[in-house]
Amino acid sequence: MMQRDADRPLLVAEGLSKWYGKQLGCRDVSFALYPGEVIAVVGESGSGKSTLLQLLSSQLESSSGRVLYRMRDGVTRDLAALGEAERRFLLRTDWGYVHQDPTCGLRMTVSAGANVGERLMALGWRHYGQLRSTAGDWLGRVEIDEARIDDTPSTYSGGMRQRLQIARNLVTQPRLVFMDEPTGGLDVSVQARLLDLLRGLVAELSLAAVIVTHDLAVARLLSHRTMVMKNGVVVESGLTDQVLEDPREAYTQLLVSSVLPP
Amino acid sequence: MSTVLELAAVSKTFRMHLQGGIRLPVVSGVAFDVKAGECAVLAGPSGAGKSSILKMIFGTYRCDSGSIVVRHGGDAVDVATAEPRQILELRRNALGYVSQFLRAVPRVAAIDVVAEPLVIAGVVRTEARQKAAELLSRLNIPERLWPLPPATFSGGEQQRVNIARGFVSGLPLLLLDEPTASLDAGNRAVVVDLVSEKKRSGTAVVAIVHDEDVRRAIADIVVEVARFTPMAVEGS
Repeated sequence: MMQRDADRPLLVAEGLSKWYGKQLGCRDVSFALYPGEVIAVVGESGSGKSTLLQLLSSQLESSSGRVLYRMRDGVTRDLAALGEAERRFLLRTDWGYVHQDPTCGLRMTVSAGANVGERLMALGWRHYGQLRSTAGDWLGRVEIDEARIDDTPSTYSGGMRQRLQIARNLVTQPRLVFMDEPTGGLDVSVQARLLDLLRGLVAELSLAAVIVTHDLAVARLLSHRTMVMKNGVVVESGLTDQVLEDPREAYTQLLVSSVLPP
Repeated sequence: MSTVLELAAVSKTFRMHLQGGIRLPVVSGVAFDVKAGECAVLAGPSGAGKSSILKMIFGTYRCDSGSIVVRHGGDAVDVATAEPRQILELRRNALGYVSQFLRAVPRVAAIDVVAEPLVIAGVVRTEARQKAAELLSRLNIPERLWPLPPATFSGGEQQRVNIARGFVSGLPLLLLDEPTASLDAGNRAVVVDLVSEKKRSGTAVVAIVHDEDVRRAIADIVVEVARFTPMAVEGS
């Protein structure tokens, strides 16, 4: 019998560990992410959540354990066994990676339109008119005035840069997006707008996402499931509303009780 | 009629690590069934664990022991032991929850807040909006408010938006936590009608209602929660 696409995991982490010499990055992390599912990884700085994100997105080699990914052809592969070209293809098309600092994810000296179009060109798009109209379309979807398409992101505000980075990532219709503190350096009002935009896009495109954040409000608004990390280890995980409203572990109770009510 | 919800030997204790690890038993031995088209009202003094039971059925609170079986379309899912994604699927297809307060999302229009559960379940947006509009007008939310985000609405208006959102989809099991608390008599009557219609269409309902008239109008079974409270309250 054919299994439904949604019933097969997209990304599987098995016993992932990372040591930096004697220093622990993260230890024995296992979970499965299904299509359209958003998982938040929460914890303080130094908890290992960014290490985990880099391991998952094969930007860092694990000390032990492995990451499996179901490719577009339906075959599940061990990411460590992929060739360089295959890995680059994943990063450029099937995945998105939204950095906390948009200057890490954008090319600051080329136009906004070219920033969005670049990933399409990597897919073989060559027609200038199509590239430009698709880029303009995506600027609109992330609420950037199309009139700014020829400006470089260095002339953009922090919130606009972050929205541009999101457009650049989503234009190739990735199935999986990694986000590292996507609302990190932004003012509160700008954060709210970005979160709201992300929430709409994630639902509309049925994106799967792994979102690393120290902000529980981000987890609550965007994620289905939450993993809580401390000192490199996952201390608690479950449905996001469950973890936040019925936290079991001492550390999670401390995190939840440290948030001022809105 | 078929049984939609079955609770057996359900218990829950909170452990407060920040208060020296004290244990707060909430309920134990909770057992009751609800059939399609039936409404069970959870009754008892505040603090007896009524909302905790609703939250365990929805999966927001974890259940320490026992089983909470929800049946729909030939499937039976035990929420007490289900994987997160099974619970998420149950919430999309079978299990609705009207909380006491609306968790307003900034910038989303009231009509889309109400339509969202249908959209998530795959209904076309225009059709979902039409159903949302019907409910908002029945609940006397003026049409000029529909395109606005409910964050700025009055408490009663927000609660009615919340009710409309909970009633918009045809899920077989509906959990209601004080749906009429901040409503006037006219709107309370609308909610009673809505519950009665749901029951007629075969929905099983579990509700917490303090208002005597509403309770009389909707309840088929009254579950006295005090008998599940681990430390019996003297004189009650």
